[in-house]
Amino acid sequence: MTAQGEPVLTVRDLRVTFRTDDGPVSAVDSVSFDVRPGEVLAVVGESGCGKSVTAMSIAGLLPPSATVTGSVRLRDQELVGAPEPTLRRVRGAEVAYVFQEPMTSLNPVFTVGSQITETLRIHQKLSRKQALARAVELLALVGIPSPASRVGAYPHQFSGGMRQRVMIAMALACDPAVLVADEPTTALDVTVQAAVLDLLRDLGTRLGTAIVLITHDLGVVADIADRVLVMYAGRVVETGPTQELFDAPRHHYTLGLLGAVPTAGRRAAGGRLQEIPGLVPVLHEQPDACTFAERCPAADEQCRAGAPALEPRDTDPTTHRAACWHPADALLTKGR
Amino acid sequence: MHFGPVRAVDGVSLRIERGRVLALVGESGSGKSTVGRCVVRLLAPTSGTVRLAGTDVTHLSRRALRPHRREVSIVFQDPASSLDPRLSVGDIVGEPLRLLGLASSRRERETRVGDALEQVGLRRQVAQRYPHEMSGGQRQRVSIARALVSSPRLLVADEPTSALDVSVQASVLNLLADLQRDLGFACLFITHDLSAVEYLADEVAVMYLGTLVEQGSREAVFDSPSHPYTQALLSAAPLANPREQRARRRVLLSGEIPSPTAPPPGCRFHTRCPVAVERCRTEVPLLRTTALGQVACHLVADDGSGPDVRQQQPVPVGEG
Repeated sequence: MTAQGEPVLTVRDLRVTFRTDDGPVSAVDSVSFDVRPGEVLAVVGESGCGKSVTAMSIAGLLPPSATVTGSVRLRDQELVGAPEPTLRRVRGAEVAYVFQEPMTSLNPVFTVGSQITETLRIHQKLSRKQALARAVELLALVGIPSPASRVGAYPHQFSGGMRQRVMIAMALACDPAVLVADEPTTALDVTVQAAVLDLLRDLGTRLGTAIVLITHDLGVVADIADRVLVMYAGRVVETGPTQELFDAPRHHYTLGLLGAVPTAGRRAAGGRLQEIPGLVPVLHEQPDACTFAERCPAADEQCRAGAPALEPRDTDPTTHRAACWHPADALLTKGR
Repeated sequence: MHFGPVRAVDGVSLRIERGRVLALVGESGSGKSTVGRCVVRLLAPTSGTVRLAGTDVTHLSRRALRPHRREVSIVFQDPASSLDPRLSVGDIVGEPLRLLGLASSRRERETRVGDALEQVGLRRQVAQRYPHEMSGGQRQRVSIARALVSSPRLLVADEPTSALDVSVQASVLNLLADLQRDLGFACLFITHDLSAVEYLADEVAVMYLGTLVEQGSREAVFDSPSHPYTQALLSAAPLANPREQRARRRVLLSGEIPSPTAPPPGCRFHTRCPVAVERCRTEVPLLRTTALGQVACHLVADDGSGPDVRQQQPVPVGEG
């Protein structure tokens, strides 16, 4: 909606493999996406789908046991394989993170002011005084009441929602081009979540920050995402503009996820929540097949014999694409 | 610093009819789990009573409580921490039978454990396995089997699906709905997930900071919430439908839930209520019956009419 111009972040063919005691585990397989300034891209999926690993690999935050290949470009700068000093300049300054649990991300023995100014003093070489003034500004920006006095408070003196605002203020300190928010509202109550989502949306609009939002909550996606990337077992199975994807999901996994969310009247009408039988596989290597085939109601031999590419619907000029041999919309048309 | 008694739950009265599902809804710190623990007597209330089919079980001794234990069971949020990792699934599910002396022989116990496992959609052979060998959804099914093996009349389900993935959540909610319908137990369903409430509950009770603010049928609470807090809570929960969600107006509450160590005087919600008046700051509103249900708000009339904070303070969700 508010996205403009060239992508600020371009990810191409990202693959992440972890070395484990049980052999290699493929966590992310050929993931590609773009994010433009001011745009909110939601990466959706269930535990183990690779969404957090994708988020972490953007600024090289994965542990040494991970092997990352492919390309992550921030404007013209390649980040995959970039030397550590380069990554250190990027982290916090150009790509910033907000994690799920603010209490474990904030240091309990430093004031929030000193934690916000740390980033500013390192990246922007501000004086102590300038940095403190900027920290107060940032706290005001994220809606912390009486920021000038709160800047000297410790994390435990804030409530959960206020701590998450502090995290967002820290992340925004250097005016990053990309904000990666990994389940930023999952630990919060709904009334607090609503306010934090409003804040994130507002930041995209006002500051032009591109937001990569990692979430499992389809309500959150419906609320704030411009585009959606649905991941399953390390791969992107479907991507498209939010409204289109919810209106006409094409991949059977997306369809299953949407059907699994309880909504008003579904039970009253005698309906049941849709279940997806089986479990998410742990993949030692990515097979040349659809990884959802074992759990898919529409799977046949073709699905087990080759991996489907992420293709647009033939008549559809938009960017709504699904990796499925038998997309749900095609079945619908046949059914009629 | 304040050290002293915390009144986690204050003056809450609930009644669950045989075979009905009452959802107890609230955010963290509302006291909903404390109520659940009092009902199963994991906690004894400081004052007040818990009656089970007419019997006051509030202060029964452990021994006197035993015959009532089989009548009420509980399922917790996180099956990973509520199942003993060193016991096999069969021993876990059979434990209530053993402790309550409900099976006359080992063989009978094994049969009933197997039946309970099948009832929750697991194979009988699962009894030989250990919790770590199972997925989160399967473990939660084991907790449900353990809770239902003694054929209780009341099941307390405390956030039973909150730790699970969406698709697994769906299968556990379906299972609970089926079991409740088939076995006819009453259920106190404690949750913060409003969409699950709408799917499962017959009646809804809403808690805020240790007190009950509203109670009524699912339709009444969801379609015409009376209490400003209920209205705000419902408007804040995002719908998984972008068009509807972005067309909604939501109430942004100022501030956050105050600490239960020092609850505000008067109506506990007045510090965040967009329509609070002077009376709300001083006088505690009592839960009273209106045409639509029960509500604790000075501003709601006996016919159920009152302010709608969603109209008072229009905040469009999307930017348009």
